[in-house]
Amino acid sequence: MADHTPPLTSATAGGAEPAAPQSQSVIHDIGFRHYDGPRLGRGWIVRSLLVETFRGVFGFGRPAKAKIMPWVLVGILMAPPLIFALIAVLLGLDELPTSYTEYLPTMGFVVSLFVASRAPYCVSRDLRHGVMPLYLSRPIRRNDYVLAKFAGLALGVFTVLAAAQTLLFVGALLAKLSVGAQIAGYAQGLIASAVLSLVLSAIGLVLAAFTPRRGMGVAAIITVLVVLGGIGSVVSTLLTQNGSATLGGYLAAIDPFLLVDGIAMSWFGVDSAIGVEAGLGALGGVIFTAAAAAIVGGGIALLMRRYTKVGIA
Amino acid sequence: MNVTVMRLTARGLLGRRRALLLVILPALLLVLAALTRWASDASPSASSLLGSGFAMGTLLPLMCLLVATGVISAEIDDGSIVYMLAKPLKRRVILFSKLAVGLAAVIVFAVLPTMAAVAIAGDEGGQLTLAYGASAFFAAIAYTAIFVTLGIVSRNAVVFGLLYALLWENVLGGYVPGVRAVSVRQWAMSVGEQMLGSQAAEWSFTAEVGMATGLILLALTTAGAVYLGVRKLSTLTLSSVD
Repeated sequence: MADHTPPLTSATAGGAEPAAPQSQSVIHDIGFRHYDGPRLGRGWIVRSLLVETFRGVFGFGRPAKAKIMPWVLVGILMAPPLIFALIAVLLGLDELPTSYTEYLPTMGFVVSLFVASRAPYCVSRDLRHGVMPLYLSRPIRRNDYVLAKFAGLALGVFTVLAAAQTLLFVGALLAKLSVGAQIAGYAQGLIASAVLSLVLSAIGLVLAAFTPRRGMGVAAIITVLVVLGGIGSVVSTLLTQNGSATLGGYLAAIDPFLLVDGIAMSWFGVDSAIGVEAGLGALGGVIFTAAAAAIVGGGIALLMRRYTKVGIA
Repeated sequence: MNVTVMRLTARGLLGRRRALLLVILPALLLVLAALTRWASDASPSASSLLGSGFAMGTLLPLMCLLVATGVISAEIDDGSIVYMLAKPLKRRVILFSKLAVGLAAVIVFAVLPTMAAVAIAGDEGGQLTLAYGASAFFAAIAYTAIFVTLGIVSRNAVVFGLLYALLWENVLGGYVPGVRAVSVRQWAMSVGEQMLGSQAAEWSFTAEVGMATGLILLALTTAGAVYLGVRKLSTLTLSSVD
């Protein structure tokens, strides 16, 4: 998008444009209607892209048909916390039927489905319709686009998980469980949800960015997550049965949900959801956290590499 | 059936990197089968658990969904289906050609790997392998028909299909006994249960319904799905809603 014909590349009209080196190649005025107001610049574009992605995750700003899928899945994700909260209140239990961190692997499949159905939405349409050059004709860089899309998706997934945790928390408070312990559990649940949404978004977005067809993207992400889950649980169970529980505990983390479960278990001392990573201690916590950071960092790096080529050919 | 439609469909399904997606799951199944054999000394019971739990419960529906998506949803997604529909071919012919290719792919990538996995994981005289093969074959026919039709009706076919196949059949069936009888997997398993006879219970190869009921329900579901698919394909409208 260097110099096109003169009318297309009129220099930036407004005064708010920072004097960035590439500001000369920005297309603002395509000759239809003149605009003299302030230009809000790169930061604002990234913010808008993030907000738009976040809204899109839930189908806001889209036709009613596009809202069905996210909200069906959100409904399924909210049903168990609601039921557990009701059970705790009505039966007067002295603890929640499922802990905050256990909720995540328990609902793992539906969470995977949510990510699998939303990640392609975030990137596939822009790739399919080849509109990347249009974004780049504004003062936004490729990496800004990647980060905004990633942050929007991760924020959307986190919002859903956090809402489920909040439902559990409110139920626990209404059931008059000990407030201190519940606040601690709620905070742990929120941290685990945040890590999980970052990890799943990284995996989902990378796969979606490499499969421009939306349906195939959904299928690819769910296949990979199911396969990772299958390998993780089988390998760890077999290794644990055959006497190498430590190795089994570490290899269970091939499954993103058990990785986050391992992080929660090592740092917070909560019970593991499936009980395979027993007794890995602080070293386990460090390794699991490093693995999660590597997945997120590696995912973003892969996306940035992928987007260096988009819109050129 | 039309050879050209079949050829184009097969290319759309297997071309470029897409075949890779279809190989991952069967490969995982075979690895799991080898691990099961190593861990349980080739006992048919453990083999049957792998077969009913992972092969019939997860792999088969997931593979049928992947194939159905590749066979028709992808074309509807990118709009290229209009060029095929504009040809002077009956919609019935187009759908049947696509179903045939899809079924062939499912047999190669899901039914045969299921049989191989059961044979690897542990078997007695090939009985369990044949029983799982027959069950997987009947389930494959029904799943393919259902999911291809779902792909025509909805653009979220993959998600709805997975919700049915994994959540309804696996999870909800665990809590609500009535749900278990309304399941393609259970209907198909009835065939294998009949084939194994008295050994079925010993190897925990159980179905919720009898073979006659299972086959009738399978036939009705498949026929209904195909009929609906032809109807919907005849009046297909392409929308740009994502």
